[in-house]
Amino acid sequence: MNDIAIRAEGLSKRYRIGLKQEKYKTLRDTLSQTFTAPFRRLGSAFQHQNGHRNSSIWALKDLSFELNRGEVIGIIGRNGAGKSTLLKILSRITEPTEGYADVHGSVSSLLEVGIGFHNELTGRENIYLNGAILGMKRNDITRNFDEIVAFAEIEKFIDTPVKRYSSGMYLRLAFAVAAHLQSEILIVDEVLAVGDAQFQKKCLGKMDEVSKGGRTILFVSHNLVAVQSLCSRAIWVQDGRAIEDGQPGLVVANYLKTATTSIGERIWDNPTKAPGDDVVRLHSIRLIPQGTTVDLMNTRTPLVIEIQYWNFRQNTELNLSILVHNHEGICVFSSNSAGEETWHGKPLPIGLFRTQGHIPGNMLNGGVYRVSLLVIKDGSNLVHRETDALVFEILDDVKNGNGWYGKWQGVIRPKLHWSTERLETVSDTAMQI
Amino acid sequence: MEAKFAIKDQINFNSMRGADHIKVLRIEPSKGWVPLKVRELWEYRELVYFLIWRNVKVRYKQTALGASWAIIQPFMTMVVFSLFFGKLAKVPSDNVPYPIFSFAGLVPWTFFANSLDLASKSLIGSAQLITKVYFPRLVIPIATVLSGVVDFAVAFLVLLMMMLYYGTMDLSRMIWLPLFLLLELVTSLGVALWLSALSVEYHDVQYVTPFMVQFWLFATPIAYSSSMLSEPWRTLYGLNPMVGVVEGFRWALLNTHTGPGAVIIVSSLAALAILISGAFYFRRMERTFADVV
Repeated sequence: MNDIAIRAEGLSKRYRIGLKQEKYKTLRDTLSQTFTAPFRRLGSAFQHQNGHRNSSIWALKDLSFELNRGEVIGIIGRNGAGKSTLLKILSRITEPTEGYADVHGSVSSLLEVGIGFHNELTGRENIYLNGAILGMKRNDITRNFDEIVAFAEIEKFIDTPVKRYSSGMYLRLAFAVAAHLQSEILIVDEVLAVGDAQFQKKCLGKMDEVSKGGRTILFVSHNLVAVQSLCSRAIWVQDGRAIEDGQPGLVVANYLKTATTSIGERIWDNPTKAPGDDVVRLHSIRLIPQGTTVDLMNTRTPLVIEIQYWNFRQNTELNLSILVHNHEGICVFSSNSAGEETWHGKPLPIGLFRTQGHIPGNMLNGGVYRVSLLVIKDGSNLVHRETDALVFEILDDVKNGNGWYGKWQGVIRPKLHWSTERLETVSDTAMQI
Repeated sequence: MEAKFAIKDQINFNSMRGADHIKVLRIEPSKGWVPLKVRELWEYRELVYFLIWRNVKVRYKQTALGASWAIIQPFMTMVVFSLFFGKLAKVPSDNVPYPIFSFAGLVPWTFFANSLDLASKSLIGSAQLITKVYFPRLVIPIATVLSGVVDFAVAFLVLLMMMLYYGTMDLSRMIWLPLFLLLELVTSLGVALWLSALSVEYHDVQYVTPFMVQFWLFATPIAYSSSMLSEPWRTLYGLNPMVGVVEGFRWALLNTHTGPGAVIIVSSLAALAILISGAFYFRRMERTFADVV
């Protein structure tokens, strides 16, 4: 009996029009194109139009791998590297353009928790509905019902419509159903990125338990800590190809090494095409180290993150948030502009604005950091999310090391104010006791 | 209680062990026309059931009128038809009181019209499901069409009550009704498959459908009787499968003389052709759903 769970050979997926998603057509367009096509062809014969419209991208190109039974494999890579496309193909949501994959045994995919949940239905009803969508048999759901409810910790609210649930309860219930899937191969996408820390811990624990049960798991995540602790193997995907395949610690380390091409500033010159929407668009984001250059920042260097943006609408309430992640993928801190001093979160008039955030020195530890920027308007509308807008490296400050040359422990490296006082003198008689 | 579960577990466990050969599934690009995979569809019958159950439950929970909505729609149309076609235009109604004549046609028609309308929106409305999890996509239009059966049953009860009221209750041909119900299901599902598959490719299909349904209503003998046509035109008329459905309903419930025969055969063949072609077209288009929807 062979031990292979999944064997992929030359998997490739092409998307047309250079878009990640193909744009849908309308009947109207198709009809009008059919009628105008002869004229356009005539026109293009004179104009020598090139075939820009037919451009395509390979989201996945010639990816091959073998996955053994019981292996827990982590797929890492940047956004748009092809990870999600790979999962979608293996989950049979979309077909490959070329190549094939042989899947041995039953597969469940968990690309999102709570698929098909309906707000009007009760917790109990949603468990059955969601279970059926994930491919569970009704008997299986009934058999696991109490366990699912217990895992989600919603016993009291099981017959309440989920629209009255808190977001935490909702997530717990959604994950609980998925956690009780009985298939031999489990395909999991970034589901752990949601929920609070306690919930994440619970999910990771469950994943660990599942993998120890001998089932095969394919796991995509940006959480490199989770990949290293859960997986027995990691594949690093970039531009639709597998760059490296091996022991997770090594693959993650190599991934981080090349991923650290510093980005100290980004500028978008065109106010009609810059990231954003009709209300607000980004002009630039820049890292300004105080008193040194970008190459020589160390743990003592105070940093300024400067964001320039156009506001095109009178009285826009804007909130800029930054999330700073370290090389392990841990969010070191997040901060937003709500406490900013000049405008106090008041609506902005039309114009080009500059907002600066000051990161004090003696706070970040040495290492590589990625800054993501979120632009939020009107309190809760996400206008734009620029993931990894800035990437920079902070060098260890050797001077402060005090003879210690290893890496300083800890996520942050604050310079604490230490003090020592002599409280009282100790007499000779006391010392003799 | 607990012991019972334990035994059940054991059996499942054994049967899992017993099946030592592991199913191998090959994922590869498909080309052209693909098989329908009816057996796989059958394996997903529980999902169809749960989706129907959700559709019905949510609709009845969310609308203030609930079940009465199923009655109001055909009933009001019947009142309007009775006034304009029955009273003013004096359209002949095969010797049956006009209100019940038109209502007997409107009950199956409403099911058909709602099926098409909901089916044309069903795949786009299920984008979250389609892009996140695998199941035979045929499940969605099938569940959408079958969800309408509950509304149909409610409206049908009203029809029976009207038959009592008008004193035309005659159950001698009732046993044939299931056949016409089946014809109605085949027709509705067939057109629903075409529309739902087209709606993913062309998003404006969902806006065109209501117009199409409107035209189809007048191309079907609901406000009038197909007996107004002479042969062979009447038989040819059966190419619209809803002609067979409506005339079949009237024949089975109201004892009209526009009985089964050539029309029903033509309608049945047309309905089957639509269903089979629709299913294959749907399967052919299915592979791009997740990328386009």
